Amino acid sequence: MLALVIVLLPLLFAGLIFLAGANLSRTLAMAGGISQLILTLVCIVIFKQGDPNQLLAFKQDWIGPLGMSYNFSLDGTSLVMSLLTGLVLPLIIYSSFNKAFKNPHIFYGLMLLMAGAMQGAFTTSDGLFFYIFYEFALIPIYFIILIWGSGENRAKVTMKFFLYTLFGSLFMLIALLYVYQQAGSFKLARLYEAGQAMSGIEQAWVFAGFFIAFAVKIPIFPLHTWQPSTYDAAPTAGTMMLGGIMLKMATFGLIRLVLPMVPVGVADYGSWALGLCAISVVYASLMALNQKRYKLLIAYSSIAHVGLLAAGILSNNAQGIQGGLFEMISHGILTVGMFFVFDIIESRLGHDDMKKMGGIRDVNPLFAFLFFVLVMGSVALPITSGFVGEFLLLIGLNQYSTALVVVGGLTVVLGAVYMLRAFQLMMLGPANGNTSGFSPLTTHEKTVLILVVVLVLGLGIYPAPILELSEPAVQNILLGIF
Amino acid sequence: MKEILIASLLGIAVLAADILKLRKFIFPISIIGLLGIIVSCIVDWGHNEIPFAENGGMLLFDNFALSFTLVLAVIALFWFVLTRDSFSNNSGQTDIYALILFSLCGGVIMVSYTNVILLFLGIEILSIPLYVLAASDRKNILSNEAGFKYFFLGSFASAILLFGLALIYGATGSFDINIIADKAAQLGGTSTLLMVGSLLVFIGFAFKVSVAPFHLWAPDVYQGSPTVITAFMATVVKTAAFGGMYRIFSGSLYSFIEDYNLLIAMLCGLTLILANFIATRQQNAKRLLAYSSISHAGFMMGGIMMCGTFPAKYLLFYILAYSLASLTAFAIFQKVSAMQNGLEDTDAFKGLVRRNPLMAGAMTIALFSMAGIPPMSGFMAKYFIISEVLKGGYLWLVIIMILSSVVAMYYYLKIIMAMFSPIENAGRMVISSTQKVFYILLATLMIALFFGAAFLEVIVW
Repeated sequence: MLALVIVLLPLLFAGLIFLAGANLSRTLAMAGGISQLILTLVCIVIFKQGDPNQLLAFKQDWIGPLGMSYNFSLDGTSLVMSLLTGLVLPLIIYSSFNKAFKNPHIFYGLMLLMAGAMQGAFTTSDGLFFYIFYEFALIPIYFIILIWGSGENRAKVTMKFFLYTLFGSLFMLIALLYVYQQAGSFKLARLYEAGQAMSGIEQAWVFAGFFIAFAVKIPIFPLHTWQPSTYDAAPTAGTMMLGGIMLKMATFGLIRLVLPMVPVGVADYGSWALGLCAISVVYASLMALNQKRYKLLIAYSSIAHVGLLAAGILSNNAQGIQGGLFEMISHGILTVGMFFVFDIIESRLGHDDMKKMGGIRDVNPLFAFLFFVLVMGSVALPITSGFVGEFLLLIGLNQYSTALVVVGGLTVVLGAVYMLRAFQLMMLGPANGNTSGFSPLTTHEKTVLILVVVLVLGLGIYPAPILELSEPAVQNILLGIF
Repeated sequence: MKEILIASLLGIAVLAADILKLRKFIFPISIIGLLGIIVSCIVDWGHNEIPFAENGGMLLFDNFALSFTLVLAVIALFWFVLTRDSFSNNSGQTDIYALILFSLCGGVIMVSYTNVILLFLGIEILSIPLYVLAASDRKNILSNEAGFKYFFLGSFASAILLFGLALIYGATGSFDINIIADKAAQLGGTSTLLMVGSLLVFIGFAFKVSVAPFHLWAPDVYQGSPTVITAFMATVVKTAAFGGMYRIFSGSLYSFIEDYNLLIAMLCGLTLILANFIATRQQNAKRLLAYSSISHAGFMMGGIMMCGTFPAKYLLFYILAYSLASLTAFAIFQKVSAMQNGLEDTDAFKGLVRRNPLMAGAMTIALFSMAGIPPMSGFMAKYFIISEVLKGGYLWLVIIMILSSVVAMYYYLKIIMAMFSPIENAGRMVISSTQKVFYILLATLMIALFFGAAFLEVIVW
């Protein structure tokens, strides 16, 4: 029952916000985000106690004879993803409080609508509903970028984004339908069974269909071209939603649908996908090195990080998947922090050209310090959450192939290069005419950054609860138990 | 039978009301009449009434006929409400209402016949008022062209259909679809006469539903006709034609579908590719919607192609989902265009979200529904057809269907983008509160039907 509530709650809040109008929208949105977090924590507690009353599962036939059902359940992996939504969503909402949006009730309503769709994808145990939520999440973010985004050509950018993602996810639909034809039901357990019974070549095609869909959303080279321009055009809160939570639907989809459904396909052809991930990592890192604008740098660095994330998951072993799940949370939080830094700089300087900055540390040491912790998290320094995630991912990759771990390790090395270069350009050196008037952080800005920093350090120092949460589920995936 | 009586008497009543100078009652009478049809469909459910059974009976109101009639009446009802104020200063209102109702009557016959002569009569009763209606904007040269073109090609198609029916009579010796079915089963695929007859009937229908390569009349006619008439043609006429087609091809002439399955699949693919790619190049929003309507005919043809295993209720669900969305789109386009002195470009939609947020919202939902994005009813509609076609083994057609949906999304997004792009000094667009209620109702229906698809399993006919 709670599994259904956790999906409906954001949708309910979205409806409330639409109806309540502009004045109450912020408060309600925040309340929605916080209650999502609280509900997730409650679910985790129940899960730890073994869920004697079956509170974390919900099942109701929708179109019974066709094997479609409203089927939601929270297992270890789903709970980690819920925790991601629960932590990141309130942060994103709170971080947007320094902006005055036109029609805030529509804006926040769409945000929660999107959160509901993503939570649905994380929670459902029905293949068709995964697809439905996956696709539905596109509509709110499309309007968020189209209406509140910036830039002259954002209409074109959003269209490219929408069509690209739709085009990708339709391959998933074909693959899903193909497996469904043999399973006769969209229940995940049945899909796994039917998928595993297919021949190697069939599994490879199904894997290809899913991988194309997810590779667009993650994004993985060469299907990434929509990402930098979309991140750039979106309002900051929208970018945070995209990078913080939305792309995790795809990486989660790899864990939830691909690995258990087509193990032979992944074993036979996973190396191709891993190769693309590796290219993606190197390519995005090199692109990030050459960016002049901070926001684009973060966009490309995000491609590099999630490339490693996808590679770790596809290496299909306990460390890789565990690291992937942990890295999703870590990357989500860091994304919020990094783009919030963009927001702070943009609101003061009116641009984000790194060459024109410098010396901000002298003017505003606190900001420079907090930003530095985020940079450290991003380059995976020990005691930050980034370290735990990427270290596990690299161990996982190492078990798969030593060559790949070298390429994967490049993310960390190159990441250090471009992040530290950015930090140096922006924060160090003498203050110039642009930056000397850099005003101190407001209380709101301090709160957001400190919260992010505390989470990054906290999860880095004590990651065990999250890893324990997902461990049994990951073992089940690897053993093919469902 | 009550349904046909109500529809035809309603048409006469409308004409009489005009003569008796009771013009303001025309609209309420029509609405009440249509509600009457809806109620009688529900009351008759499951009775399998055969009117004039003692004289052989040429109609059968089984649940198939009743559910199609129900959908026809519901769409017509929405049409009456949504287009009402476009007639405010048009003296032709009475004529148009009466012709629409007669046309609806033809549609009901087309979905309830058991004798192919009645099928032909139904098509003619449906079409002849439409030829007049297409040309009803008398001073507009495009409308005249539309009427002429529609009449010319429509009669051509009817003639082909009639020729086909004659050949079928030659092969089987009967006009009754049950007897034809028996004879056809005995003859199997061996009778050339029957096959050629079936092919001609198929081509006749393909003209009516505008499946490529028989679609060439549709863009010109849809663009030239007054928008309210286009809305009617794109919804009610398609519903009736697909209903009539399913009724004969799933039973009596099934051997044709079986033998020429690949050919029909190719026509589907051709329709989808042609319509969607040509639509992307359209500047004129009405023409764009016309091509979109043709592409949907390609999808529904997939249902006809699989009619041996594809229950008619799923086809009807597609038709309903498509019709609701299409009607909303045309009705809103009509208002938007009328407000800007008849501008028909996609730019006419610019800033609609400022002018009237409700209409922009309803239009967005309608377009997403037509594109098949969940959670709109269009997704389930397309899902049923795609999954059936896949079961039939046509993976290539499924891929065409899915890719053409992406192409379709492109041109629907063009309209959505226009609606949400800001413009200077946008005037408000005021609509009556009844219309507001109906737009909200339509928007809700388009989403609710997605979940309501579950009821399809409950309905038995």
